[in-house]
Amino acid sequence: MLIGAFKGANGGWTTSNVSQLVHQPYIQAYRESIEISGVTALLGGAIGLALAYAAIRDGTPRWIRSLLTTFSGVAANFGGIPLAFAFIATIGTIGIATQFMHNQLHLNVWQGADLFTKTGVEIVYLYFQIPLMVLVIAPAIDGLRREWREAASNLGANAWQFWRHIGLPVLMPSVLGALILLFGNAFAAYATAYSLTNGNVYIVPVVIGAYYTGNVFNNPHLGQALALGMFVVLVAMMLLYIPLQRRAARWAK
Amino acid sequence: MPYLELQGLERDFGTVKALDGIDISLGEGEFLSLLGPSGCGKTTALRLVAGFDRPDAGTIVVDGKDVTRVAPNKRDMGMVFQAYSLFPNMTARQNVEFGLRVRGQDKPDRRKRVDDLLELVGLAHAGDRYPHQLSGGMQQRVALARALAIEPRVLLLDEPLSALDAKVRVQLREEIRRIQLELGITTLYVTHDQEEALSVSDHVAVMYRGRIEQMGAPAEMYSAPATPFVAEFIGTMNRLEGTVVDPGAGTVDTGGRTITVEAARGKPRGARVLVLVRPETVQVAAANGAGGNTLTGEVLTHTFLGPVTRLRILSGEASLIADMPTARAAALPPGSKVDASLPSDEARLLDLTEEALPEIGEEPGPADR
Repeated sequence: MLIGAFKGANGGWTTSNVSQLVHQPYIQAYRESIEISGVTALLGGAIGLALAYAAIRDGTPRWIRSLLTTFSGVAANFGGIPLAFAFIATIGTIGIATQFMHNQLHLNVWQGADLFTKTGVEIVYLYFQIPLMVLVIAPAIDGLRREWREAASNLGANAWQFWRHIGLPVLMPSVLGALILLFGNAFAAYATAYSLTNGNVYIVPVVIGAYYTGNVFNNPHLGQALALGMFVVLVAMMLLYIPLQRRAARWAK
Repeated sequence: MPYLELQGLERDFGTVKALDGIDISLGEGEFLSLLGPSGCGKTTALRLVAGFDRPDAGTIVVDGKDVTRVAPNKRDMGMVFQAYSLFPNMTARQNVEFGLRVRGQDKPDRRKRVDDLLELVGLAHAGDRYPHQLSGGMQQRVALARALAIEPRVLLLDEPLSALDAKVRVQLREEIRRIQLELGITTLYVTHDQEEALSVSDHVAVMYRGRIEQMGAPAEMYSAPATPFVAEFIGTMNRLEGTVVDPGAGTVDTGGRTITVEAARGKPRGARVLVLVRPETVQVAAANGAGGNTLTGEVLTHTFLGPVTRLRILSGEASLIADMPTARAAALPPGSKVDASLPSDEARLLDLTEEALPEIGEEPGPADR
């Protein structure tokens, strides 16, 4: 990839592929990819964290946790064309749930919008991002000791104060790691977005796919440069993550 | 007037009765230990007082106010847990400060109070360390300072020394008592270690199967156990089952051997009794067939306990334990024939009921959660 990104169509060395990355339309593709990945990582992370906590905390029946983790194991690995089709058939414009709500309940949930947009891609991505968060964060939540919650309560803290001062700070290193994983997971996804929108959502993996498989736009070296750009974005994310993680975990061994 | 009252507390976990009518009355500034084996309900009782659990029946009254339904964060009680309860993301100082912080106390006041408390527990030098940088004993001192910071109405300690090594345990229990006396704080202490309970408490309540078997001063619990269970649990006790044969002379037949027990005088003839004798009151000498109130037997084992050595003696079917000075025990090695003389006036006597004698052991259950 590194070498291919700096090769031209004639086999010679060139920087034109890489230099194109900072111009349109590629900069837009990166922006869309980062936005979709960021939104689904943050939303998926928050919802997954809340779900995992609700299933694991004291007082929740054990079977709920088993059910959630089993479902999450399946859902986190469900992607690509089957996932896109499942959503189209269910909540797409003529999906069974959409039609039911329209015909029986007289509700127009999409209000003129549809699933085949950036927002639609984000909704579909959440289907595997939330379960992935549940799977990744569950062991960290298990590590929250009951004594901490009880000691905080005993000292006069309410639930919010416990989470603000103890629960979230203790979970933060794991949450940051999980968010990076979720970001990378969405950033590299291709088949789901492509099959859902038929390539109309302009994200980097779809553009790379077009340069590799397209008859008109076939340009594998530009595709390799785009992949190199994705690598740079992920490295930048890691560089942002490391000091944050170090700061969040400064109290750990 | 009692400061802390537990009235008829009951708590069931499914079919297990963790607490079966607990009544405790404790004066202001007093130190009560709840003592008992695993599963006896002592931790359940403490958690009810702290507010982490609700009783099925009964009330908890502090300073004349019923707090049974009050949320734990509104009870003003400081609690020290068994271990690992310090907030790992906060330094020792921040841990101690936490309760004051969430109560909105001014920063300068907080700082002064934290300094005073760290000084009190001997950790003024370690305020900036995180929990993982502190030893187990230091962590429990911080936990104690944290519990005391809010000036609680009642201090609750849930086996705070059980995760520490023996030497630190002794040192820290003395410090807990010193601080408790200094601050005059009403304290409820849960432990399964009878030595710990007897050494630091004003009162000890021995619990068994969700009930209080006996409550009293440590010396009273040791010298006058009210039930076979208490006799067995507090200290070490020889137990001889027997039948009163002569109420006038106070003689009891213990399986073919007759001994005199002052406490048996006046008991009905033929009454089934349990004779209780502390090992330190048994006099052991080489067998010579002389002397009254003795059981003749053979030394089975020696257990070295420092200044004293514990001898296990088999006399017929009965097994006796006797403590004697280590220097003298050497003259009676295992295999020696000995006479064990029982003190007729120091032996305790309990009526033997139909109920089987309790065996002290692990009884894990929800009460120990």
